[in-house]
Amino acid sequence: MITLIARPAPSRFWAWATPVLAVLATMIAGGVLFAILGKDPLEAIRVIFWDPLFGANAGYFRGQLFIKAGPLILIAAGLAVGFRAGIWNIGAEGQYIVGALCGASVALAAYPAQSVLIFPAMVLAGALGGWAWGMIPALLKTRFGASEILVSLMLVYVAQNLLAWAAFGPLKNPQGFGFPGSRNLQQYPSAHNIELIAGSGIHWGVMAGFAALIGTYVLMNRHIAGFRIQVAGDAPKAARFAGVAPARLVAFCLGLSGALAGLAGMFEVAGPSGQITDSFGAGYGFTAIIVAFLGRLNPVGILLAGLLMALTYIGGDMAQLMLQLPAAAIQVFQGMLLFFLLGFDLLTNYTVKWGWARA
Amino acid sequence: MNRRSFLTTTAIAATALSLGLGGAALAQEPLKVAFMYVGPVGDMGWSFQHDQGRQAVDAAYGGKVVTSYVENVPEGPDAERVLTQMALAGNKLIFATSFGYMDAVMNVAAKFPDVRFEHATGYKRADNVATYDARFYEGRAVIGTIAGRMTKTNKIGYIGSFPIPEVVQGINSAFIHARKVNPAVEMKVVWAYTWFDPAKEADAAAALIAEGVDVLMQHTDSTAPQAKAQEAGIYTFGQASDMSAFAPAPRISSIIDNWGPYYVARVGAMLDGSWASTGSWEGIGAGAVGIGEISSAVPAEVKAEAEALAAAIGAGTYHPFTGPLNKQDGSPWLAAGEVADDGALSGLNFFVEGITAQMPQ
Repeated sequence: MITLIARPAPSRFWAWATPVLAVLATMIAGGVLFAILGKDPLEAIRVIFWDPLFGANAGYFRGQLFIKAGPLILIAAGLAVGFRAGIWNIGAEGQYIVGALCGASVALAAYPAQSVLIFPAMVLAGALGGWAWGMIPALLKTRFGASEILVSLMLVYVAQNLLAWAAFGPLKNPQGFGFPGSRNLQQYPSAHNIELIAGSGIHWGVMAGFAALIGTYVLMNRHIAGFRIQVAGDAPKAARFAGVAPARLVAFCLGLSGALAGLAGMFEVAGPSGQITDSFGAGYGFTAIIVAFLGRLNPVGILLAGLLMALTYIGGDMAQLMLQLPAAAIQVFQGMLLFFLLGFDLLTNYTVKWGWARA
Repeated sequence: MNRRSFLTTTAIAATALSLGLGGAALAQEPLKVAFMYVGPVGDMGWSFQHDQGRQAVDAAYGGKVVTSYVENVPEGPDAERVLTQMALAGNKLIFATSFGYMDAVMNVAAKFPDVRFEHATGYKRADNVATYDARFYEGRAVIGTIAGRMTKTNKIGYIGSFPIPEVVQGINSAFIHARKVNPAVEMKVVWAYTWFDPAKEADAAAALIAEGVDVLMQHTDSTAPQAKAQEAGIYTFGQASDMSAFAPAPRISSIIDNWGPYYVARVGAMLDGSWASTGSWEGIGAGAVGIGEISSAVPAEVKAEAEALAAAIGAGTYHPFTGPLNKQDGSPWLAAGEVADDGALSGLNFFVEGITAQMPQ
């Protein structure tokens, strides 16, 4: 029999040990899964976790890690702030799409003019677009008490339809023979979000991700706003007494996470993706929620978690190609990671006692 | 065109060189061929049919060829990375089987000049990039004929995926041939804006059934519309794969993508060194488009009529887009006896006269 005893305060040790434990447990359970599928589990784990970092052609894949992790980190940094305050923005995917649409619209409106002002204008438009999309649930929550979880999630579907409409309508490449999708911004120098060091995978979006991590760290640890956010999350009633205006806090958190998600979308469409297409939204906004929690809502943690998630994607594709593992097995593997994390999180707040409980 | 360079040119050159030398030194080593799919291989539609083609390659060449695939690859940067992974893993021929992979294929192909790429349904080619597509509109002419004969309400429903030329060709072709055998026929179109989404497809089917259609066509890949049609007691056609689980009714025939012959031929060209960049667009004649068994729900004379039409198209004696045909706004498109050329068809973005549905702008 197992008894759980609540800790007086969450354990700092377990808060950091659980992600490591979760990764190890995922490797073991995933290995069992791969073995059942008839693949060598050790080889599968090596292909997923080792080869992209240190195997043949690792020089290429290390850069790809940043390409894949960049948007995850940028979005998760913003989400973490809101999550700490107990404000649940589940719709980062929608804000990501709208940010990309706004950024790309600016570029396509300016096309084919060349100017150093175009890229900064796109950055601004992307952030504003994501911010505005995040303010819709904020307004509905503060004015009418609507759940920001539901509203922000529903707005993802609105954004996806907006994206399809734009890709087949106003943003369609006029020289694309009637096929859907915008011009490729990679071929438009003024708008192209270039790789800053060739082969590194680091573009302006990755830099923005780093900046967002530093910015949110300073905000949460060195600024009164961070204190208010923390208090609002830990003790909502006490926060009200301490003079925290809930409406402002909701608007700030949803606006910030929306703006960062919008930026991520803008950097993606101007760089690695290049085009607005109906399938542009690849789920970064949802995966970033996992990244935020896996990283303990902490900037350093988010950086590591983003890179780890990117690694499972890149290694997962490798495992499909090299070992012919089905894509579904890789997705189960990624799901296990969150499952084990949430499971082991128990240890942060409780101590486990073996044996029969005595009254 | 390619402004991204993940790898420095020297690194690629070195990799390409080592891979090339490896291939030359071990001449007996099997040819590695990779396939990239946009959906799961179990979708029973588009990606499933491409994987059937891959298995045909395995069966045809046995130990001389090793094939592999990656499924569920989103269009965009992931596609570019997976293609690069495939090239770095030593694959010499790579099939990218979705339209949205186009720019990714062009980018990666520029970095690996000794690897050959084949892109399905696209229009950009290079020395090492070929494109291929199938003339699905030929099959639509045949099932359009059956639909025109089978409808009692004179209303045919069509679930469109996206308003792109391939889909517009299919709607026009189906309508032209339904009208040919039944001048009273009307066509209702609903755009689902998806290739595969059972829930959306079911909604689209329900909307069309509510409007009174009694024959339903789809350019989306799931069997959800088939199930809706079964409930409503109306007729449908299988899409991409045969969907024979719904035969003899509601599914009375089907239009089947058959990539096997093309894949086998292209891999064969790699093996004998005759591979060249081409733009292939084959139809019923070459076996790229198949008409599934016409079920017992269809009267024998209609079945014979449809089969005769398929045979004429396959033999090249009849083209589904033969004038006189007007555009939807009444302006002339093809004069009597004139046949639409491939250039016009591959950019087709308007409905023909008689279709009342509006093209989304």
